[in-house]
Amino acid sequence: MRKQEVMGLLFSNMHDDSVRELTAGRALGSVPFGGRYRLIDFALSNMVNAGISKVGIITKNNYQSLMDHLGSGKAWDLSRKNEGLYILPPYGSSDQLYEGRIASLSGITPFLRNSREEYVILSDCHVVGNIDYSRLLEAHVASGAEITIGYQHGPLQGVRDGMVLQVAENGRVQDVRLGACTLDACDYSLGLYVMRKDFLMRAVDEAVSRNRMNFERDVLQRHLEKLEVFGYRVPEYAVPITSLDGYFRANMALLQPEVRGALFVPDRPIYTKVRDSSPALYGLHASVSNSLVADGASIEGEVNNSIIFRDVRIERGTRLDGCIVLQGSLVCERTSLDYVVMDKNVVVRAGRVLHGFDSYPVFIAKGSVV
Amino acid sequence: MFRKQECVAMLLAGGQGSRLYVLTRNIAKPAVPYGGKYRIIDFPLSNCINSGIETVGVLTQYQPLALSDYIGSGQPWDLDRMDAGVHVLPPYQRNKGGDWYKGTANAIYQNMEFIERYRPEYVLVLSGDHIYKMDYSRMIQFHKEHKADCTVAVIEVEMSEASRFGILNTEPDGTIYEFEEKPREPKSNLASMGIYVFNWEKLRHYLTADEQDPRSQNDFGKNVLPAMLEAGEHMMAYRFEGYWKDVGTIDSLWEANMDLLNPRVPLDLADPDWRIYSRNPGLPPHFIGQGAKVQNSLISEGGTVNGSVDFSVLFSGVTVEEGAEVCDSIIMPGAVVKKGARVHYAIVAENAVIGENARVGNRPEEYDNPGDWGVAVVASGVHIAPDSTVPPKAMIDADTMVEGGAAQ
Repeated sequence: MRKQEVMGLLFSNMHDDSVRELTAGRALGSVPFGGRYRLIDFALSNMVNAGISKVGIITKNNYQSLMDHLGSGKAWDLSRKNEGLYILPPYGSSDQLYEGRIASLSGITPFLRNSREEYVILSDCHVVGNIDYSRLLEAHVASGAEITIGYQHGPLQGVRDGMVLQVAENGRVQDVRLGACTLDACDYSLGLYVMRKDFLMRAVDEAVSRNRMNFERDVLQRHLEKLEVFGYRVPEYAVPITSLDGYFRANMALLQPEVRGALFVPDRPIYTKVRDSSPALYGLHASVSNSLVADGASIEGEVNNSIIFRDVRIERGTRLDGCIVLQGSLVCERTSLDYVVMDKNVVVRAGRVLHGFDSYPVFIAKGSVV
Repeated sequence: MFRKQECVAMLLAGGQGSRLYVLTRNIAKPAVPYGGKYRIIDFPLSNCINSGIETVGVLTQYQPLALSDYIGSGQPWDLDRMDAGVHVLPPYQRNKGGDWYKGTANAIYQNMEFIERYRPEYVLVLSGDHIYKMDYSRMIQFHKEHKADCTVAVIEVEMSEASRFGILNTEPDGTIYEFEEKPREPKSNLASMGIYVFNWEKLRHYLTADEQDPRSQNDFGKNVLPAMLEAGEHMMAYRFEGYWKDVGTIDSLWEANMDLLNPRVPLDLADPDWRIYSRNPGLPPHFIGQGAKVQNSLISEGGTVNGSVDFSVLFSGVTVEEGAEVCDSIIMPGAVVKKGARVHYAIVAENAVIGENARVGNRPEEYDNPGDWGVAVVASGVHIAPDSTVPPKAMIDADTMVEGGAAQ
């Protein structure tokens, strides 16, 4: 088999803490998004669309729903005879779950050692974006950097564990600040890195030998001066999800045609698990406006400015505005909901009224009956 | 050596479907889109896997490319198996020469080697022309219980309609004593659904005999079944109750789609226990814009609706622009209805474009003579020019277009 130049590593649980409501029973990577997707679909599709055919998914906990979603990797064309998808559950010499990126990478040393690819692209799963990773790799090779960090410019709203960079004109990263509180526009990391596989393994070994387990703090920040760390400003639409509010806004952004156009590019599709639901059915009393509706939905009521996931039922006489209704939920008749985020399989009984606010949506946990 | 299979299904998918005219010019009938996200062949294939039948031969002949592509490895139907699974079987050359499939029976005859390698007890013969959900395992169970040599699935039709079908006359216990192909004066209203279960040993014998008869048309209904009956084989009718529709004509294809919008029609595509699988185009959910009006319709993924849609079926990736109106119509994958266009009682095939303010089809109420009215059809890839009119009953494809893209 032809040797591949680059492999992918995805961290499914990074940033789990930032959207606790949605990650109570799942890894951040398997948080549903945009009517039919899971957050991991974006990073994983970006890998596949860049021609990467070997992707390891580094999991930590709550990864059952993620494994269920990924299956053999067939939906991403990653069910292969050679390479393909590797799910890498926590594994190490101690009973304790690892903390930090370094420990998790150290746990997969054999996997890395046995891989023949020259480069590794590492990505977290919290970014919604259709990013051309092949250009990221090109930029990395061209600059001669040891580490390239994908970043974007803008205000960092409500992010606790954000990483703010100071990037010089030639692309070199001059300063790294972690958890910095900044209200102004800044260059912030998307949790996206490229490096040589050998370099990564050496850096991990070195850090582990000194019991330094935080990649950002103990490798990037500590060694910034002697390392060649470059920034790559991601030119595509890319939004990190770091809070429930951010999750809400990123979903609602899909109602803008420009955002859909930037995210759903015909030549670089976003792949996801196929569920074989029948097409959405609109009833006699349906009234739908400015909304995204997935297959399997059945709509008899009024839906405005909302995202309706697969197999959702909205009964007659009900009014939804600014809502995100996840897969399999049922909204019974004569209900009125404003700015509500409903996790999977929620039932809202007849006649209920729930009102959130656009900057503070009401969240209903998975399987709840209201 | 292949693992033995109790039952092998053979799906006859070679039909041209000539009564679908422009819709089947470039694709075989079983590949015709249906129901917003399916193709006709999804129904028998899904029925097979849901019935526990994991070996399916698909006999293709007419325009097989789209169909073979669509079936691929069989993965969407869970029919990609080590040695079972779905196999596309086109006619082929052998060292004594080769032949097109002369008839339905001959198509199976030519593929006896395929069946033999699974050493099945039973062979299930299906056609790729109908929309229905059926548990074949129950029919096979019935066949076993009655120790039949052949079982034919039948459905009750209106007595007045019976002369359009192959009619089976049976004893009260279901034993068949007579076949009548499109009888002028039918004695019963049990119509054959073109679904047969055979004991493989028996079928092999009769197919071989049929092949040696130069006068035979090598057709199941016309030759093989009557020959078996004449020889005194035990033949049973298996009654099917439920939705079953032939979609062989423009009108019946249109009606079968509209049936999905009628809650009283017993065809539930959302039943999680009997899913109909299809190859998924992998598109985002569809978007309904501000000011759009959508009612009584089925809409699949990837589309954008900014106009008004009523009593219609929209396939994946369909665009209905502002001020456009789609009523009582079927819009197939990737088609575009431009601003101000009006589509009524029409079938718009894949990737066709209806230009701005064009009018396609019309309501039947506007015609005194019912003969003047019919569903309008725009073939795949055809661009209807802005402001032009496609009258009802018209069928527009590239050949019937005049200069400048206006419809004749």
